[in-house]
Amino acid sequence: MIDIAIRFNDVTLGYDRHPAVHHLNGEVETGALLAICGPNGAGKSTLLKGITGTLTPLEGSIALPRVKPRDIAYLPQAADIDKTFPIDVFDVVAMGLWKRCGAFGRISRRDNGEVLEAIAAIGLDGFERRPIGTLSGGQLQRMLFARLLIQNADLILLDEPFTAIDSKTVADLLTLVAHWHKERRTVLVVSHDLDLVRQYFPQTLLLAREAIAKGKTDAVLTQENLLKARSMIEAFDQQAQACTRAA
Amino acid sequence: MRRALAGTIALAIAGPPLGVFLILRRMSLTGDAMSHAILPGAALGYLTAGLSLGPMTIGGLAAGLIVAAGSGIVARATILREDASLAAFYLISLALGVTIVSLRGSNIDLLHVLFGSVLALDDATLILLAMIASVTLAALAFLYRPLVVETVDSGFLASVSRSGGSVQIAFLALVVLNLVGGFQALGTLLAVGMMMLPAASAMLMTDDMTLMILAAAAQGMLAGYAGLVISFHAGLPSGPLIILVAGVFYLFALIVGPAGGFLRRLRPGRHLEA
Repeated sequence: MIDIAIRFNDVTLGYDRHPAVHHLNGEVETGALLAICGPNGAGKSTLLKGITGTLTPLEGSIALPRVKPRDIAYLPQAADIDKTFPIDVFDVVAMGLWKRCGAFGRISRRDNGEVLEAIAAIGLDGFERRPIGTLSGGQLQRMLFARLLIQNADLILLDEPFTAIDSKTVADLLTLVAHWHKERRTVLVVSHDLDLVRQYFPQTLLLAREAIAKGKTDAVLTQENLLKARSMIEAFDQQAQACTRAA
Repeated sequence: MRRALAGTIALAIAGPPLGVFLILRRMSLTGDAMSHAILPGAALGYLTAGLSLGPMTIGGLAAGLIVAAGSGIVARATILREDASLAAFYLISLALGVTIVSLRGSNIDLLHVLFGSVLALDDATLILLAMIASVTLAALAFLYRPLVVETVDSGFLASVSRSGGSVQIAFLALVVLNLVGGFQALGTLLAVGMMMLPAASAMLMTDDMTLMILAAAAQGMLAGYAGLVISFHAGLPSGPLIILVAGVFYLFALIVGPAGGFLRRLRPGRHLEA
């Protein structure tokens, strides 16, 4: 039997009754490495918010049969980090220990070592005591990946993690993603870089409010499907009637 | 005088660390707004029981917590953001407070509420201040990790735990608690000065969180001591003088503060090799 990590039950997600993801069905297997592609406004980020549970579906549901909410690690598109706060890289990465230590638990010597390892694994060694305000965009992204590493999550959701990052960093981060994949963690990555998706991601979901195609990347990212996705009308129709499609 | 000193030091231990968090959370003016918000509660206590500690404290606490919770709920349930809803609530609260005071009081009473009287602290008030300081420090130590995470990356905290909202409410409750304590000694308008001025100048002195909190509390205590002594010898009101001394510390830090004061900006030193 196939082990399902995420099941979309005719789910519609949106804002103010306007759907951003419309009647999505399907499943994501445990251990899948899935790219989510589609034009701007296609509902990619919305879908991730639906999976984390921060956005309640307008209709339908998203089931996570094997994953508890605390076993999800989510990297938003624009991480809302206050860079002026006097906190250093080590402490931010150590936030990833929350699942284990919570608000009050002690951070053991072993935890400390793990944080240092994660920082080194991501190529930020020497930055442990640097205030986060002094980091460049790419370094900040590496730091957030180190925190994901510490979170040790079964389901990892990354929203456009490779934008505005140099090629070496992208390569490093992709190595990490591949490593997660090998450990049979389920990884969903939103990306606009189709070449990168073709090269590294075995499966793809092409989204344009509705699912255009899902499956093996080569079969999904065809000229025909991409054209179909591009023809999606981005603006909401202010006069739209209530959707009558059966749930 | 000895009582006044003990009371001021209690205030100075707990208030400035809260101020550091207020500034870091970009809520510097929230303390000010809250200090106005507690007025009607205190006034109501005053109206029913005269100038006595218990009713005024409880009233002030209640009014502050209502405004804090009310603006939090409005911010979550409507399109108004927290700052707008807080402004609306505290202005209503302030108008209500002044009206209540004028129902019975003379101008002198109003002055007492607005500017406090640290030299007239009785034993009960002193115990209250000590309790507030202890509770605040203990709670701040307890809340430290979630509060820092919530401030740096509230989205992350929301993704790993549901404690974000309660942490914020608990923090605001501590602010209210300290303002209520402060207003016995310094008055509603100046109580917030003990929180913000030492915190602001501590931020100019260091960029290490722990040192910042220690520096803020140390400055608060120093300002309390110096302000009291000066006011005693010069025959001036003590509340304003304490805050003025804190203000002098702040101006000093503005100029020579090693973590971003004027001089540091003006002459940063020659650039380094790497």
